[in-house]
Amino acid sequence: MNALYSLLFVFLLVLIPLFGVDAAHMKTFFGVCIPVTAFIIFIIGFASKVINWGRSAVPFRIPTTGGQFKSFDPQLFKQNKYDCPQTGAQTFVRMVLEVFAFRSLFRNTEVSLHETKDGPVVAYKSSKWLWLFAIIFHYSFFIVALRHLRLFLEPVPFFVNGLEFVDGILQIGAPTMYMADAGLVAGVLLLLGRRLINARINYISYVSDFFPLFLILAVALSGIYMRYYAKVDVIAIKELTMGLVTFSYVVPETISVSFFIHVFLVSVLMIYFPFSKLMHMPGVFMSPTRNMPNDTRAKHHVNPWNPDIKPHAYADYEKEFGVPMAEAGLPLDNPDNGKAPEEA
Amino acid sequence: MPKADELFKSIDYAPPTTGWMETPVDFSPGNWCYPAKPEKIQYMESKLPGLWGEAREWSPGDEDWKLPSNWKEIVVNGFRERLDKFRTLKLFMDICVRCGACADKCHYFIGSGDPKNMPVLRAELMRSVYRGEFTLAGKILTKLTGSRVMEEDVLKEWFIYFYQCTQCRRCSLFCPYGIDTAEMTMMARELMHLVGLNTNWIMEPVSNCNITGNHLGIQPHAFKDIVDFMVDDIEEVTGRRVKAPLNEKGHDILFITPSGDAFADPGIYTFMGYLTLFDYLDLDYTMSTYASEGGNFGSFTNNETMKKLNAKMYAEANRLGCKWILGGECGHMWRVVHQYMDTMNADLQGDQMTTPVNPITGTVFDTAAATKMVHITEFTADLIKHGKLPLDPSRNDHLRVTFHDSCNPARGMGLLDEPRYVLKAVCNNFFEMPAGTTREQTFCCAGGSGLNTEEILEIRLRGGLPRGNALKYVQDKHGVNTLACICAIDRATLIPLADYWAPGVTVTGTHELVANALILEEGEERTMDMRMEALPGYEDEDDDWTPPNM
Repeated sequence: MNALYSLLFVFLLVLIPLFGVDAAHMKTFFGVCIPVTAFIIFIIGFASKVINWGRSAVPFRIPTTGGQFKSFDPQLFKQNKYDCPQTGAQTFVRMVLEVFAFRSLFRNTEVSLHETKDGPVVAYKSSKWLWLFAIIFHYSFFIVALRHLRLFLEPVPFFVNGLEFVDGILQIGAPTMYMADAGLVAGVLLLLGRRLINARINYISYVSDFFPLFLILAVALSGIYMRYYAKVDVIAIKELTMGLVTFSYVVPETISVSFFIHVFLVSVLMIYFPFSKLMHMPGVFMSPTRNMPNDTRAKHHVNPWNPDIKPHAYADYEKEFGVPMAEAGLPLDNPDNGKAPEEA
Repeated sequence: MPKADELFKSIDYAPPTTGWMETPVDFSPGNWCYPAKPEKIQYMESKLPGLWGEAREWSPGDEDWKLPSNWKEIVVNGFRERLDKFRTLKLFMDICVRCGACADKCHYFIGSGDPKNMPVLRAELMRSVYRGEFTLAGKILTKLTGSRVMEEDVLKEWFIYFYQCTQCRRCSLFCPYGIDTAEMTMMARELMHLVGLNTNWIMEPVSNCNITGNHLGIQPHAFKDIVDFMVDDIEEVTGRRVKAPLNEKGHDILFITPSGDAFADPGIYTFMGYLTLFDYLDLDYTMSTYASEGGNFGSFTNNETMKKLNAKMYAEANRLGCKWILGGECGHMWRVVHQYMDTMNADLQGDQMTTPVNPITGTVFDTAAATKMVHITEFTADLIKHGKLPLDPSRNDHLRVTFHDSCNPARGMGLLDEPRYVLKAVCNNFFEMPAGTTREQTFCCAGGSGLNTEEILEIRLRGGLPRGNALKYVQDKHGVNTLACICAIDRATLIPLADYWAPGVTVTGTHELVANALILEEGEERTMDMRMEALPGYEDEDDDWTPPNM
């Protein structure tokens, strides 16, 4: 149900520019106003969310440690530097591995129950499917996004050209197929399929889990349609996009409606981003269980709101238990506490 | 109580046909821990006002939980306050993508199949309220974003499921963003405490710890009696009358262990192990009745109480003039010591306290320079490495040993190899449980964070399935008969767990085995272990054997 709702939403979103541009001829609105507004909402929303997180205190260092810590004897007990970092540099490497290689997800296992002749068995096997799907999706998306810089920069930077060359190195079809395009669609479909087919994952999925996947799929498909089938006027599009970057807006007449659909869907994604779970993108950098060294026993660390609380005073304790303490021969700070009430 | 194989067969991972928000919660007895006795709440309210709600008699099985009329305001305001005080909470409310990587990592889910025991959904119990009360999208789109407002049913659901989380953090290890359910459980419990939703198995230890110094409420003279009994027993086993200094001033080291070690089998054998070791070393140490608890039940209520109970350690070190603290075998005590103690209470450290130095080997524990607190397995490993302990591991030959990593030292510290090093030095037959169930991937005993209580025994045994099954594996494959651990809660909860899932395996602390193997003087002959059970070769002499001191 949640998946159907999401699919329906995305369909409706496609219809808006379709009618808006084709029937209502609102080319400037869909080519300039919407994307510019969306970009502003994206930047402000994204930044204010991150700032809002940053405003909250990190009172304690609570890294989740995965491996041996730095022992008093590092030769005898070898530290697992990147799962149980002790220094800033080691923590940095941990974060790089986390962000670029999805290391925690790489560790994923799957549990299964078996009844054997020797009794019940709980088995765990490595399960890297989610890791693989996520890697395909995220890297493809990242490459596709970077490639789009060609439209916003003049001259086109060397790394964008390089990326395009490598991405299209298979030289299939004309225009040359980009591997990242295929990867992005495959990644979305795999993640979507997992959410639909795996009953447990389906059970925990809301509209807000399906919607971004369908939306990104629609973005990708509209982009692919433009490039491989509609073969839109790229020169004209670059004219428009450069106009956006240089604040001198132009909307050439030769741009076809598929472009406006693509741009509209991307705009929706930008607007949706800061208010959704997609904010895991900046969030992963700020996760206190991952981005802090495990050095709390060695180094002092300050809690900005540390409450002023004192322990139950020993003096009170001795007052309460002084008599039996004295009888048991336990030393007292104040010998008077050891006297029975009638003696005192 | 179902039999082990029946219980196993009853586990079904297929989710229910109703959505999780529509699936009712089972409030029948056995699904919840008993609420705290009113006098415990009143006592804590008098010490830390404003954190506990109104003391009252109530039962989770009743319709009416006797919540204060403004309960919703209290909980929502408390939530808002904690979003500012803990970035973890705020961030973890926003960034979960519900990928489900954590879903089958929780021992309670593995043993129950209840989807609300999947960490992702356990946290959604809280996130749904966060979205409904604090975010614009959640307010507008409600169900489409999985949001809801705070209702009494929601709070009641919290009570069941946040007291069905042992804060073991196994899910956090696997989460691609490190989302820590333990942190959210802690926050949910803080909020529930504000309106008087609590459990006696946490609140009674908390109030005991504050009054008597330990969670069992053992008064100082009784504590001394217990220690004296142990000294007698050690003499019977080893022929040596050990010193057991209590509340003595002028020693360099203060030794603090969980009071569970002073209370019952098999913890007391571990305690006897410490005493034997320290006496052999002639260590300049004292124990304390006032700071006679390493475990910190406050960490299961709120951070204020955690701080207050923890503060006793430094206060007592100062009063007795100790330079550093040696800590016994305990799970969550060590998470608190390692990740919280210095941050909370460093200002209470006296000038006399210094970076710990092992007086026998001269090793400086720079890794503990801030807290001034060393783990006993670090200390003992250091002694063994320097050859300071004459050991006869063959005295543990009747034991085939495996090691259970306690969750907190494993995932909240990284203490993995030291206990193994000690165990391998003191016993000849050591076997690891299967990969995926040890070290940072260890499984909880299902009794942590104040859930070690009998009224939820079936839940505990279900949660104990992953650990119990791994134990069964090494029992069948290697004939393992002993499960060593470094946690007092483990020593209490793993016994019924082993009896249920791997009958025939006993539970031991690591230092019990150290004391078994430790040669106290040259040519010494040991005929029984610390449990006064005959060592191999001495079984037949039981009848006419007389302890050497008689």
